[in-house]
Amino acid sequence: MSGVEAHGPVATGAPAGAPVLEIRGVTKCYGENEVLKGIDLTVGEHEAVALIGASGSGKSTLLRCIDLLEEIDDGDIFLDGEPITVPGMNPVPVRRKLGLVFQSFNLFPHMRVLDNVTLGAVRGQKMPAAEAREAGTELLARFGLEHRAREYPDKLSGGQQQRVAIARAMLTRPRALLLDEVTSALDPELVGEVLELIRELKLGGMTMILATHEMSFARDVADQVCFLEDGRIVEHGSPEQILSEPREAATQRFLRRLIDAHRL
Amino acid sequence: MSTQYPLTTREDRAQARRRHRRRHIAIAAVSTVVILGGLILRIVTASGWPNVRKSFFSEYWFRKAFGSVLSGFWTDVRMFLVIEVCVLALGLLIALIRTFPVPALYPVRLLATVFVDVMRGIPTILLIFLIGFSVPALNLSGVPTSAVVLGGIALAMNYSAYVSEVFRAGLMSVHPSQGSAGLALGLTPAQTLRHVIVPQAVGRVIPPLLNDFIALQKDVALVSTLGVFEAFRAAQIVADQNFNYTPLLAAAALYLCVTIPMTRFVDHLQWRTIRERGPALALGPR
Repeated sequence: MSGVEAHGPVATGAPAGAPVLEIRGVTKCYGENEVLKGIDLTVGEHEAVALIGASGSGKSTLLRCIDLLEEIDDGDIFLDGEPITVPGMNPVPVRRKLGLVFQSFNLFPHMRVLDNVTLGAVRGQKMPAAEAREAGTELLARFGLEHRAREYPDKLSGGQQQRVAIARAMLTRPRALLLDEVTSALDPELVGEVLELIRELKLGGMTMILATHEMSFARDVADQVCFLEDGRIVEHGSPEQILSEPREAATQRFLRRLIDAHRL
Repeated sequence: MSTQYPLTTREDRAQARRRHRRRHIAIAAVSTVVILGGLILRIVTASGWPNVRKSFFSEYWFRKAFGSVLSGFWTDVRMFLVIEVCVLALGLLIALIRTFPVPALYPVRLLATVFVDVMRGIPTILLIFLIGFSVPALNLSGVPTSAVVLGGIALAMNYSAYVSEVFRAGLMSVHPSQGSAGLALGLTPAQTLRHVIVPQAVGRVIPPLLNDFIALQKDVALVSTLGVFEAFRAAQIVADQNFNYTPLLAAAALYLCVTIPMTRFVDHLQWRTIRERGPALALGPR
């Protein structure tokens, strides 16, 4: 498996040096329940940001809001300097520039692996089918899955399914990859192959935000770590600082619980 | 006293399973013979049996009426083929409108709901009468007045309502995360429906869908009430003229020729699902 190269000189229309993603005061409510309470976060080119925190702290919701699967209630999100959360805006072109990978893979069970990978390119981006199949086959080969291309997803192991899901999100060369606890649904012995793949993508220069429970992985891959609690970023800093010398009591409590559960 | 372990060996278990299977086969065989044999015996020893035999099982009248009934049945076949295509399209459309609310389409959704409620609530034969006799009376130009077309429209409307509910169950059985995955890939909502949701939904409801089609194939006989010459009507004409009901049996046989293969096919699909996935509840030794 070789690394997947970063984007070439893709014309983004972005001001030079602008962050890939900029999140400003983002708030999200489900009815009375405020699940995101003013999130600020900046993700630069080639940067990886890890979101850590307990279940229900808002990590997944934040990723879904960035991919415009949820409508935010306050604040703004910018992609390459352009606002993407303007009311009434068509979300489809924005989603085509982002890749989202889900905790439970969400592959399409009625399609073969290769068709799963190429669907977005063929139907969304109108890439010619032959071209998409070629690109998809090549990507699956890089991910070590070329021998699975003709099979249906449920014949694959969880780790393989998640790697297919990552390939599916990567085929359209997104500006940023949003990874939503991509190893949480995997058997422990299958976690490694998926993390290894993400590490490769990061080395290839992929910009990413990853919600994760794998602290050692966050330390390893991320440039910044954000600790979320109750819809707020409580602490934000380098992996070393957050994971080794957390300043906030809440972060300390969270990490203490992980250590007690032998998860750190 | 020392106990020998294992208490039951592999051989013991295999033997028990064989015993169990043999007993099942024996029970099935005996009960079939007793029930069917008893039933047949009851019928042929009934005092009216010779009469029934003459008026329902006459080979002469069977041969005599068969050609006419068959030509009538051809009308049934053409009707249900066309109606089935219409029902599939209209049923899916109604199901989509009712399952995925678009604010701008609220009046259409309301209309679809009322349509399904009304069409499912009216007896099929009544609906055929209502449409078959009221529409021609309107004297509107350009509106079909043929009994075949009007009867077909009535059946299509009636069955679209049922089939839309089958489709709706299928659409609702697809997990919302599938829709999220489609949208996240950059598909439009319409593309997500077309390529992700609908194919999975349809795949799951094929058995109940075919079930409704079997019912429809039989209900086509109801358009005979509008005077359409189809199998039941053809049989009835011969029967009434000759005081012999065997032609009805010929019509029944023709319906069975279509419905039984279809029933077997539905059964086969359902068994295949059980084989692949296992039954929801496993009973007895496996």
